[in-house]
Order: sequence, then structure tokens, then C-alpha cells
Amino acid sequence: MGESKLDLLQGTLDLMVLQTLAAMGSLHGYGIARRIEQISGDEVLLNQGTIYASLVRLQQRGWIDAEWGTSENNRKAKFYSITRTGRKQLAQDAAYWERLAGVMGRVLAMQNEGGGQ
Amino acid sequence: MTHVFLQMLQRMRSFFAKAPLDRDLDAEMASHLDLAIEENVRRGMTVEEARRAALVRFGGVQQAREQQREERGLPWLDVLMQDLRFSFRTLGHDRGFALIAVLILGLGIGANVAVFSVVNTILLRPLPFHDPERLIRILTRDTRGGESSMTYSADAVEEFQQRNHAFQSVSGYFAFNADDNVKLIGSGQPVPLSGMIVMGNFFQTLGVEPMLGRLFLPEECLKNARPVGLLSYAYWKHQFAGNPAVVGQAVNLDGTLTTIIGVLPENFDFGSVFAPGKKADLFTPVIMTTIREWGNTLALIGRLKPGVGVGLAQAEADMLFPELDSNVQRPNQKPGYTANLLVLKDYVSGKLRRSLIVLWCAVGLILLIVCVNLSNLLLARAAARSKEFAMRSALGAGRGRLVRQLLTESLVLSAAGSLLGLGIAFGVTSYLAHQGSIALPLLSSVRLDGSALAWTVLIAVVAAVLFGLAPALRMSRSDLQDALKDSGHGASAGRKHERMRAVLVISEVALACVLLVGAGLLLRSFMRVLDVDLGFEPSRSAAISVDYGNPDTAEKARASWKEIQGRVQSLPGIEAAGISDMLPMSRNRSWGISAKGHGEYAKGELEDTFVYIVSPGYLNAIGMRLVKGRDFDWNDGFNSEKAVIINETVAKKLWPGQDAVGRIAEVNGTDARVIGVVSDVHESSAETAAGWQMYLPLSYGPVGAELVVRTKLPPATLASSVMHALREINPGQPATEFIPIQTLVDHSTSPRRFFVMLVGIFAGLGLLLASLGIYGVISYSVTRQTQEIGIRMALGASRSRVQLDVIRRTLWLALAGIAVGAVAAFGVGRLIASLLFGTEPTDPLTFAGMVLLLGTVALLAGYIPARRASRIDPMIALRTN
Repeated sequence: MGESKLDLLQGTLDLMVLQTLAAMGSLHGYGIARRIEQISGDEVLLNQGTIYASLVRLQQRGWIDAEWGTSENNRKAKFYSITRTGRKQLAQDAAYWERLAGVMGRVLAMQNEGGGQ
Repeated sequence: MTHVFLQMLQRMRSFFAKAPLDRDLDAEMASHLDLAIEENVRRGMTVEEARRAALVRFGGVQQAREQQREERGLPWLDVLMQDLRFSFRTLGHDRGFALIAVLILGLGIGANVAVFSVVNTILLRPLPFHDPERLIRILTRDTRGGESSMTYSADAVEEFQQRNHAFQSVSGYFAFNADDNVKLIGSGQPVPLSGMIVMGNFFQTLGVEPMLGRLFLPEECLKNARPVGLLSYAYWKHQFAGNPAVVGQAVNLDGTLTTIIGVLPENFDFGSVFAPGKKADLFTPVIMTTIREWGNTLALIGRLKPGVGVGLAQAEADMLFPELDSNVQRPNQKPGYTANLLVLKDYVSGKLRRSLIVLWCAVGLILLIVCVNLSNLLLARAAARSKEFAMRSALGAGRGRLVRQLLTESLVLSAAGSLLGLGIAFGVTSYLAHQGSIALPLLSSVRLDGSALAWTVLIAVVAAVLFGLAPALRMSRSDLQDALKDSGHGASAGRKHERMRAVLVISEVALACVLLVGAGLLLRSFMRVLDVDLGFEPSRSAAISVDYGNPDTAEKARASWKEIQGRVQSLPGIEAAGISDMLPMSRNRSWGISAKGHGEYAKGELEDTFVYIVSPGYLNAIGMRLVKGRDFDWNDGFNSEKAVIINETVAKKLWPGQDAVGRIAEVNGTDARVIGVVSDVHESSAETAAGWQMYLPLSYGPVGAELVVRTKLPPATLASSVMHALREINPGQPATEFIPIQTLVDHSTSPRRFFVMLVGIFAGLGLLLASLGIYGVISYSVTRQTQEIGIRMALGASRSRVQLDVIRRTLWLALAGIAVGAVAAFGVGRLIASLLFGTEPTDPLTFAGMVLLLGTVALLAGYIPARRASRIDPMIALRTN
């Protein structure tokens, strides 16, 4: 069910979406995609379309809610917001990521030392 | 974990709500693009540029849609549904192929499931008793003397019950009950029924609980106790219409009022476990005091204590049994009992294990042939569909996807075949379950059960993979280039396909050859068994159980026997009549016989001797041959000198090299003069050698009476006149049936007949399928080479030359298959050697016959397309290009 720890890319996008929603509140798909692009400084080359697979997944797991609404410039759009379980999951996943990033950093640093000798 | 479950539920919901979800997604993506375009326009792009940029940033719309669908729904199920729809469509286009495939599969799977049900019932499934693995059948080591040598005396049984430590309980049944041995006397004519006498704790030992009422109480097994009986379920249903009120009522059995205390459960079938083919309608308790002086009469079973192994129990029995007394009143006469402990299940099915496994293998071969055949058919289709597949892979279908699609087609076929097969198997099993004439244990409880269904699913899937995988791989591998070239009508096209199909046909022929040789060997054995000189002529004799009112003296018995025989013999149509207390190949008992004045015999020199108490004329009526001396007359046994007739085996063993007639023998302790010698009779079955036999006059005390008549007419036509005569002598004569003696013989050969019949059917099926395979391949290659043949004929090849070429190719395939098959059959013959009778596993006649048969059928299968090839008109063939 996509829970594999090695499947970094999928997990990464899910985490980004959750964090975006947690930070920005209710947002439509385009908004989430744009926000991620902006925050990443366009370093993440994201086909915006792929976000919908992530959104339906998160929705099915009960971590986000969706509702049709109207945007500020009066367009109909589907708005997503994070749920309570979603927030819990976000905290967990974020902690995991930080730990992993820390470990990876240390490991890579060690390799650099080794390569220097 | 909850979110995984939640997601699964949501996915399932999405699967059934595709259309609304797709609409929702499309709307969402449209709004996404609108928002993006709007923002781009705000940044100063033209509308056209803005749209383009938005689409580029979004990526493929269709891909995003697919991705989202896969994520939200059950993609594998979607693919499966798609494949199934497609399979049904393609198979629908090719109805002929689908029909033949389903039919072949149905036959193969049906045969497999039916045989599995039989094997499962007899071999695999535990016996229908409580904790059946602890149930033991206690036999003697030497069982050559028939029932008498397999049973124990009442005293011995009681002594063993007290002294052993291995068994939780030891029980048994009276082994000498004849069918229809009890009369149920009601308002009308007496009805015969088969009473079985069992020890008081028999059902408790087996762990059988009555369905109604209760089991025997200990005080009901004592002398002069109130007579009680238990009914079998089948008899209760049949005779008492399943009326529960019968429990507690008294019925008149042979003039004794017997209280019915219970009804046994439906799944308890005494005959099918202990004596295949034997009826048991009513169970009454053994009164030990009554049978104490009767010698060995009890067949023993026991239930081991928990945790006690058979080895331990055997060791204890080996110590105890030689010490047991036949009769405690005569402690100096120890009969030297032995014990051979067999787990009851092994006793029931042990002898059949090998036959059943052979049967199972034969039917497995059939399935293999079916698979090879289908593989072949599918390959032929593959050739025809190569364009379709080239097209599909050109359109982007991956190899895995194509293989999956093709396997789905195979699975659809095999599922349909399984349904048909289950139908066939259901028919076969219900037929077998109602075949009383086949002496196989437990056969009456054969049915399609859960494990048979599981087996069906298993073999259906295995078969689908077996026959579908090779063509699927082959088809998906052919690259576009090849496929396109192949589909042009080139002369040398499709060689690869053809080679593979040739290999398949060769293996099919080889498998069929193995089956045919195996079946041939078994059939030849069966013929040998039928050819055995039984020592009597069963074909024109019939027997009927006679009730002569249990007279108290031998003189009175003689008078009624004489009257019965005289009256029946004078009836029109009857050539000869005689009475014996037991018939060959049914019940038996044995006593001892030795030559008077010989002195001590060495241990094992004397054998238990089968005893038949017969009237004068019986030997003639059943068609036995008097080798020397004379038949009995009515005075034999009643004057001062006793008389005995012995068989050739006894004569040879007791008076080797001398004339036995006129000698004095000791029969069961009394002297008797040998007045005649008869040829040996196969008393147990055609396949076992004749044992020691003796025939004694009426004065020795018969147990029952079987009237045997010899006639040229069908016995059934005589039934009423004989019955009328018997009723005149004894109005109480129950309405027993005339049994042709041939039935008894058939009953004893029925297991072999059963196996031969099945293996024969399978071999026939294998032959048919193999010839179908050859026909398919040759016919296809002729069709494909139409132009080539046309060109050759245009260039001057004669019709017969063309025909010969096709036939040569057929022969090559058949001979290659037969060669491989014959080698394999040599090995198989050795494996089934123990099942053969009077036939060598390498019997040249069988091998030659089967090879000839297979070759001829193969030639026929090739001849039809060969003829077609020779009729090809070169003009038409070349024009169709």
C-alpha cells in the first residue's frame, strides 16, 4: 500500500502536501502545487498533475478532507484541508524525515572524510 | 494500521463509483488549468502562451488521470475485468475452439476430480470414527484359513481384555454372520434382514454414538437377557420409514421379540469398513457364554490408550497372545494365537493403496495430455493471432501485459472446463456411491466435498498455467518483424511454431503410449483372472438362502434338506440342485484335518481347512469336478462310519503319492473315511491360490443352508417356482433373492474390474486426445502449405507423392512419440508389477498390441489431412495467394 520506506519519492510528495496544508490552511490542488514549487525554489521539478494521485491517497487515508468551493477570484475549485489524524501523521513523518536527514548527513560526511585521506 | 484498512475500503468504494469520480477529477483538473492560465495571463502572457505553459507544467493530463485512478481504485481488478471481458469476446469469436477446449478440459478435470474423490474417501480421509488413528484391527499372522484363522475364541478375547495394558478397550464382532440371516416376522410374509452380532462395547470402542436411543448395556450382553437390537440408519429409513417411534418397540425376529433400543448414525456403514459389500441392517450383542464353545468366532478391534504406539502394543500382544487359552476349561490346549496389529485405516485401505495411486497417476497423465493438447490448440491459434498481437504490442502493450491477457484466456477456459468437470465428477461419484456390487471399502461414502472442490480449483489453475504459459510466452516473444513476415503467406513461415507443436504432439503420443501400455497390462491381467479355473462353474448356477426351521436333530435336518432338494430338483428347468451351508467366495470357516495314523505333524505342516457341509448333489449343482471316488449319499454321516470329501491339495499334502480315497482322516478330532477327492476350488478369490478344503455330510452341523440350482434358464425365471416349492415345505421361508453364483465371483473380482475399467477409459481418452493432437498439427501444416503443395503439384509432383509426404510426417511424429512412450512404459510396467496377475510387466504382446493400436490411430489421424493435401488443385491454391 505504498508504505515502503524506500519509496522516498511518493512519501516525500505526501509529506510536502501535508505540511503545505498544515501551514496554509485550506488550499486547492493548483495552490498546493504552486506553493511547493515556490518553497522549493523550483528545485523540485514536479509535474503538477501528479499531485492528484497524492491527494486522493491522503484523502482515502483520512488525513485530509476535500470540499468544492469558490476561489478568491470566483472560480470553482476543490479545496483541501488537513484533518486531526493528518496532523498527527505529519508530526510523525516530519520527525522521521528529520532523523533520516540527520543520519544521511552524518553518513555522507563520513564518506567525505574517507575520500579526503 | 487503521488507515490501511480505511484506504482499502475507500478503494473498493471507488472501484464501483468510477464514473462520478472521473467526472469529479476532470472538473478538478479543468479548474486547475484555468487557475494556472489565469495566473500566467496575469504575469503578462498571451492566452495562447498561458495555456501552453499551464499544460506543460501540469504534465500529461491522461497520465495524471490514470495515476489518480490507480491510486484510488483497485487497478489489478480493473485489469482483470478488462482481460476477462476481452477473453470472453475473443473466445466468443472462436466458438468452435472454445467449445472443444472446454469439452477436453471438462473431461480431463472431471476424471481427475472423480478419482480424487475416490482416493480421498478411501485413502486420505480419516475413518468416520472418533480419533480413528487410535483404532487397531487385530489380525492373526497367518490368515490362510479364512475367517476361522483370523478370529479368536470368546475366552481368549476376555483374557486379552483383562491382561493387556496397551488398549483402552478391546472389542469385536461375530465374523460368521451370513447376509439375510434373520427373519423379521410382521403381519405379511417374513422379511429377510442381515443381522450382525457385535460385542457389547463395539460402538463405544469405535466412538460411534447412536443417532436415536442408546447403545447396549453390559447386562444386555448376558445370557437370558432381554433381547435388544440397534438398527442401521439405512435399514431404519427403508424398513421403518425413518419413524423415531420404533425405538423402544419390540419386533419379532426369528420368533423372538427383540426391543429396538436405538438407531445408528447415517455415516456409520459397517460393511464398507469391515467387510466391503456386506450388509448389516441390525446389530445385536454377542452373548459371550453362548459362543464360548464355538471356537474362533470373534474378529477383534481395539482402541489404543492415548500415547501408546502401535509398536508398543504389538510387542505386548506378541507376548500375551501365545499364552491365551482357546477355552479356559482346557488350559492344556493352547492354540498358539498370534496377533498382527494393523491401524484400522491401513486394514481398510492398505491393500488398495497401490492401485489407487496408480489410478491417480493415470488420471494425472490424462490431465497432462489434456494440457499438451490445449497448448497445441492455443499455439495454432497463436499463429492465427500473431498479427493481432503484433498490432497490440505496436500500440504499446508490454510483454507482461500480453502474457497476462493470454493467461486470463487460459483461466477462463479452464474455469469453464472445471464447471463441466465438476458436473461430470458429480455424476460419476453419485453413480459410484450407489454401486453395491463393487467390493471397495467406503465407496458408499464417496461424494464431492470441500476438499474435492479445493482440488478442482488447484488443478484448474495448474492446468491453465501449464497449457497457457508456453503459448503465451511464445506469442508475446515473437517480435513485430517476425510476426509481420510470418503473416505473409511465405512457404517456410512459422517454422518455430511448428517445431514447438511437433514436440508437444510427440510428448502427447508418448504419454498416451504409457497409459495404453499400462491399461493393456492391467486388462490382460484381468482377462487372466477371468480365465482362472475356479474349480466350479459359476455361469449357470444360482443360489438362494433356505430357511429349514432350525430342527433340533441332525435327522430332522436331513429330512428337510432331502425334501427341499427332491422337490426343487423335480421342478421343470432345473438340471441339478444341492445344498451347502456356505458358498465359495462368500463366508467361510475352517477346521482341522489330518491323516489318521501319521503321528505328530511338524509345526506348520497342517493348515486350517475350509469346511463346507453339503448335501448329496451339491458338487454337481455348483459344477465342481469329482476327481476320484464318489459323491455323498443321504446315509453318509448317519451310519457308524463318518465320511469326508477332500480337495486335491489336501489329498496331495496328507497322502503324498498315494490314493487318498478309502483312507481314514481325523476331522476335528473324529475319524472319517475319505470317499472322494474333488478338484481345488478358489474359495476366496480367483487371484488367491486354493487352500485346504473338505466337504462333510449334514451330520456335522451346518450353519445355514444355501440351495444351489443349476439351470439353462436365467435364474430369475425360476425364482417364483422355487420360492413356491420352498413355501410349501416351510411357510416361514423369507422372501430371499436368487443370487447367481457368477455374482459372487464378480464381487470378488470387482475391485480389479473397477480399476481396469477406469484405467481403460483413461487410456481410451488419452488415445483420442493424442490422435486429435496429431490431426491438429498435420491438418494445420497442410493448410499452411497449401501453396507450397500447389507449386509442387504444378511442377509435376503426383498426388500420391504429396499424400505420402504428409503421411511420412505423421508417422515420424507418431513413431518418435511411441519410442519415447515405450521406454517410459517399461519403467511404468515395473512400477505396477505388483498389480499384475499372470502377466509380465514387459509382456511383449501387450506392448506390440498397444504400439500397433497407437500407430494405426495416429496414421488415421494423419490420413485425413493427407487426403486433403492430395486433393489440392494447384490452380486454386496458387490463385488464392
